[in-house]
Amino acid sequence: MKLSSKKKPNIINNMTWKIAGEAGFGIAVSGVLFSKICTRGGLFVHSYSEYPSLIRGGHNTFQLTVRDSKVYAPFKTVNFLIALNKESVTKHLFELSEKALIMFDPDENDIATETSSRKDLVLCPVPLAILSKNSGADRLMRNTVAMGASMAILAYDLTILDELFKEVFADKGQEVIDLNIRAAKAGFDYIKEHFDNSSYPYRLEKNEKHSQTQMVLGGNEAIGMGAIKAGVKFYAGYPMTPSSTLLQYMASKQLQYNIVVKHTEDEISAANMAIGAYYAGVRAMTGTAGGGFSLMVESLGLAAITETPMVYVVVQRPGPATGLPTWTDQGDLKFVLHASQGEFPRIVVAPGDTEECFYVTIQAHNLAETYQLPVIILSDKFLAESPKSTYPFDDKNIKIQRGKIATPEQLQAIGIYKRFDLQAKDGVSLRTLPGMKNGIFLANSDEHDEHGFSNEESEMRINMVDKRFKKFIAASAELPEPVLYGPAKADFTIFAWGSTKGPILEAMEILRRENVSVNLLHILYISPFPAKRVNELLEICKTPILIENNMTAQLGSLISEYTGYEIGNKILKYDGRPFFPEELVQRIRAIKNQKGLKKWLA
Amino acid sequence: MVSVNDFTSPIFPTWCPGCGDFGIWASIKNALVSMDFEPHNVMMVYGVGCSGNMCSFINAYGFHGLHGRAIPVAEAIKIANHEIPVIVVGGDGDLLGEGLSHFITACRGNPNITVILHDNQVYGLTTGQTAPTSDKGFKSKSTPLGVIEVRLNPLVTAITQGATYVARGFAGDPTYTTKLIVDGIKHEGFSFVNVLQPCVSFNHIHTYPWYRERIYKLEEGNYTPHDSTKAYEKAIEWGDKIPLGLFYEENKDTYQDDLPQIKPLPLVKQNISNIDISELYKEFI
Repeated sequence: MKLSSKKKPNIINNMTWKIAGEAGFGIAVSGVLFSKICTRGGLFVHSYSEYPSLIRGGHNTFQLTVRDSKVYAPFKTVNFLIALNKESVTKHLFELSEKALIMFDPDENDIATETSSRKDLVLCPVPLAILSKNSGADRLMRNTVAMGASMAILAYDLTILDELFKEVFADKGQEVIDLNIRAAKAGFDYIKEHFDNSSYPYRLEKNEKHSQTQMVLGGNEAIGMGAIKAGVKFYAGYPMTPSSTLLQYMASKQLQYNIVVKHTEDEISAANMAIGAYYAGVRAMTGTAGGGFSLMVESLGLAAITETPMVYVVVQRPGPATGLPTWTDQGDLKFVLHASQGEFPRIVVAPGDTEECFYVTIQAHNLAETYQLPVIILSDKFLAESPKSTYPFDDKNIKIQRGKIATPEQLQAIGIYKRFDLQAKDGVSLRTLPGMKNGIFLANSDEHDEHGFSNEESEMRINMVDKRFKKFIAASAELPEPVLYGPAKADFTIFAWGSTKGPILEAMEILRRENVSVNLLHILYISPFPAKRVNELLEICKTPILIENNMTAQLGSLISEYTGYEIGNKILKYDGRPFFPEELVQRIRAIKNQKGLKKWLA
Repeated sequence: MVSVNDFTSPIFPTWCPGCGDFGIWASIKNALVSMDFEPHNVMMVYGVGCSGNMCSFINAYGFHGLHGRAIPVAEAIKIANHEIPVIVVGGDGDLLGEGLSHFITACRGNPNITVILHDNQVYGLTTGQTAPTSDKGFKSKSTPLGVIEVRLNPLVTAITQGATYVARGFAGDPTYTTKLIVDGIKHEGFSFVNVLQPCVSFNHIHTYPWYRERIYKLEEGNYTPHDSTKAYEKAIEWGDKIPLGLFYEENKDTYQDDLPQIKPLPLVKQNISNIDISELYKEFI
């Protein structure tokens, strides 16, 4: 690179790093380690991974966008690719930015032919397998060698990685720690000796000004932490991607926090068990994906008619049926809104990032107990399994609200206790727990009277249906309104829900720099639907845009149902992949360039 | 002192006159009285069917769940609060049809609950269709050509899947059935009392006289209920002679015994007002 004296200044702390290879190559482990190396240096990250539904073979990727300011979403354009096999080059060549680097093992890859169309790329051959073997390991340490080599190219501090190995592998013994340190150093030293990084502009530097501790946390673990903080003592579930890591997370904390975690025979049992535990007075939860929730559907109505608090976590993946087990989608919104026979209120909340995952899980339990009804937390694979920079939560000021649970004194004073007392103005009647004296009642899946005894009279039926819906009205008044992100007034106003929040926030920032003003109404609580706020904003906004990770614009049709508006500009995606900021920017630009935007009253 | 009236709700049963459920209803109440339980310290979980309709006729904490799903609810209530007795009342269609996987899993897990199964070999509340316990060839509204499957034997299923107390009573003998229920509740582990229950409206074969001609009590011979192979041999006896009594009993750790989480306090009594989660952050930093 003889032009180095004229080269542009380096790009510091603003890049996307990716490692790709066969399943079983340690892709995910390397990815998490690399994420932590960055956050420990004061940088911010957002990761994203793809993997097929199998254990060995197949193509796995982990990518990470890193900056010295907050990262709301991973970018699609990759600046640094570690290609552990040939497929990794062919599959990801089109994602590479100008001057992107490909690290590969020359003994494995015939890179020259694969990359012939891209002369701008920086090729970085490293004999990963040989260096791995020389370090005392077999080929399996190629990923570690590649990480050490990455450190050298990016001119980042290798000691952070060594420290991390010491902590992460502490329980595996000194030998494993030393092996990893040697392998990483082998990669690092190889680059120092054999590669001139002046041809490659990307660098990572520690951000000394930012010393606040960060976690690298995914949505499932954040929901798990929220559940533990909320006082969940019983969790029942059946493994189903992408909810299984929540089951596993809860299971791993059983003894530390006295939580009983039950891997049940099926999802039907899981949901019925959680309802049983909540009925008995123990905060409980179940988690699943859409397929498992299909089996839980009847239980939703059981919680509703018995007025038992209940919290479901539904981590969406593309359906129908087995669908795409390890990919992402927002196709289950209308399903969870309408699941189960009969008419009854339910709260549905769809967090947009790990912070919201944590806080809404606690709110979900408070709401479930306050209003004695089922609450569904609706997440998806992208949110669940894309760890990102997250500060430790503000867990000191959290209130546990258990609602109207009777005290012995209350029950003594009441005389004849009625569990489903119709006099309650907000529909929320005093609840007792098995074992409480003077508090006997029947939780009945049949329609019932105020004591719970089966009752099919016309008037009682109407009164009980109305009682249950009164609670919904009371809850509507308490729930937080959707947050408007970005400027109060903008050329384009996005309506969205769930995990599209991050990619949209990143796209908004790019467009802002192009002087296109965009704001976002992120609808966190979807049921009860914040119709008033949505309507107000639709009335005043210039050009509404709907963004959803599904085919049928499910939020869009809800908006139509509640407001009479149809948002004509729809940006939809249903290929199992999340939105990336770059593609949102392109599609919003396309709307901007269109003439004659439609906005009409239905 | 508690009496049977304490466990009787103000609502009179809606079962057909002569229904075997009356005998089981009396047996359950008698058992609870004889054990000196107070109604607020008893947890009853009901399935859906004629048997489950008992929910409105008993005065105790009750949970009338979904068809087939009583056992998971009961298991979780016991995990949440292992200090109160938890008793499941369900039917053969309920617990062995829709809910068979839960029944088998409960046998395997040995939770400290009691399941009382109303075995009338027919669906009563839906007016007479075949049940998992119906004999092969049984003609019913849903199987006018005769059911093709062989009958599911609830006792064999329980014994082979690990239940630790397996008994059979007869609705026409409430005194005897009461004793089996009492012993079942006292038993530490999963206790299963299968009760032969004549359905006077829809099962015209297995009537009171039909049973009375055939039943005998195991303990009248020199039978001891501690050998699962012998229990199996007795459990498949069905025809001219039908044994009643305790088929199998075994003492082993219950599901609750294997939960160190509930040792210090029942889950329901653990304080959740301010749980410190700062330790949880470390593995992600």
